[in-house]
Amino acid sequence: MARNVFYQASPLDNVVTALLDIPTGQTVTVNELSFATLESIPFGYKFALCDIKQGDAVIKYGEQIGLASMQISTGSVVHVHNLESCRGRGDIPDSGARS
Amino acid sequence: MTYTFDGFLRDDGSVGIRNHLVIMPLSICADPLAEKIEQGFKHPAIYLRNQSGCCQIGKDYDRNARTLIGLGTNPNVGALLLVVLGCEGVPVDRIYDTLAKSGRPTKLLHIQKSGGSIKSLGIGLAMLDELREELAAKTTRITASIDSLTLGLECGGSDTTSGIAANPSMGWVTDRCVEAGGTVILSETTEIIGAEHILGARTPDPEERKKLVAMVNAIEQRAIAAGVNIRGSQPTPGNIKGGLTTIEEKSLGCIYKAGRTSPVMEAVEYGAKPRKKGLVFMDTPGQDVESMTGMAAGGAQIMIFSTGLGSPVGFPLTPVIKITGNPTTFKNMSDDLDINAGTIIDGEEDIAQVGARLFECMKAAARGELTKSEKSGYHAIAILKDEITL
Repeated sequence: MARNVFYQASPLDNVVTALLDIPTGQTVTVNELSFATLESIPFGYKFALCDIKQGDAVIKYGEQIGLASMQISTGSVVHVHNLESCRGRGDIPDSGARS
Repeated sequence: MTYTFDGFLRDDGSVGIRNHLVIMPLSICADPLAEKIEQGFKHPAIYLRNQSGCCQIGKDYDRNARTLIGLGTNPNVGALLLVVLGCEGVPVDRIYDTLAKSGRPTKLLHIQKSGGSIKSLGIGLAMLDELREELAAKTTRITASIDSLTLGLECGGSDTTSGIAANPSMGWVTDRCVEAGGTVILSETTEIIGAEHILGARTPDPEERKKLVAMVNAIEQRAIAAGVNIRGSQPTPGNIKGGLTTIEEKSLGCIYKAGRTSPVMEAVEYGAKPRKKGLVFMDTPGQDVESMTGMAAGGAQIMIFSTGLGSPVGFPLTPVIKITGNPTTFKNMSDDLDINAGTIIDGEEDIAQVGARLFECMKAAARGELTKSEKSGYHAIAILKDEITL
């Protein structure tokens, strides 16, 4: 049996996880949609299935894992440079007074 | 054919899967002597390193005492040599009385009353030898099954394979243990942040659900009060290098350890013994050593610990089964890792298949088979302390 190229935790997700190092320009097909990677994706890293606008939710496991801190293009890596958490943010005023 | 193992029966009805002779210093000041006693003893004994216990206040003082008693009454503990300096701010008499009343052979070595550290070494070695003989005479075996077991769940050095392969395999075992009447402890409150609504929905008792959510809020408020972005502490730099970006993402992967079908019966304080059977939640930090220490004090005889990046850390009182979902990590650190869930990543096995292998490993460990961390002796222990030392 061969390793899959990526893992999608939920059909609601807008990111998938690379299960091997994926080079730039590789065609990937997720949910019958094909696109090319815009950069190399290291093993274990997430990449976007679609364009994600700045401030929009990044969804993995069918849940919000944070908000895009800048515009994210289809096929690009999603990680600390473009994805911000909404929890435990002592660096932001008025953050997380949760009920 | 129902699975059984040959356990060690304790006076309170609990069943150990190990029968440890334990040296437990009750404070940091007694700790160096406890270590020397273990090093000088010619038979196997387990020394529980203690880097706290004195000049503590409030919640820390109470938690410290509760955890020491919990560790001393862990079902894997057969006999105890308590070591104290004599003046430490720890309720020594209460701890000694509680542990002695548990029916375990228990002795107290008091450094100041024994003429100092050098004389105490000889006295301590003699006491430990007497305890060894008392333990041998007292040990009672009993046939037991999964419903006598409390399984502690841990994840450390996580990467994105943890949420895809290792943790779901652990969750499969969680559900089987709960079905068989066992108790399973999910912990690491920080690593519920972002997923607490999912666990809360699985907590049928509204009071316990409130407690669970309050635990998550409390740790998040403490993190915010630090005035910085939690990222870098949680997720850790290693998690981030492994592809995990936010605490929400980490937590959503972590809760797979809790399985699919088991309701959360109770939210338990650090180091306290659950009142309910089945899946329970314990309020511990994400830091693995403090977390395992809390679960052991809560009665866990065995732990399963997933690690994407490769943590060798075990716990002195219990077998700790190491599982990784990262095939490269398993290859690189196979001396420290028991189960390879990376076969899921490789497309060779599914979660149920790895879960079944993991369950067999747990059953074998309960029957006496040593895990990699028991063989290596790579153990760490630390009691959570989050107030000021005065």
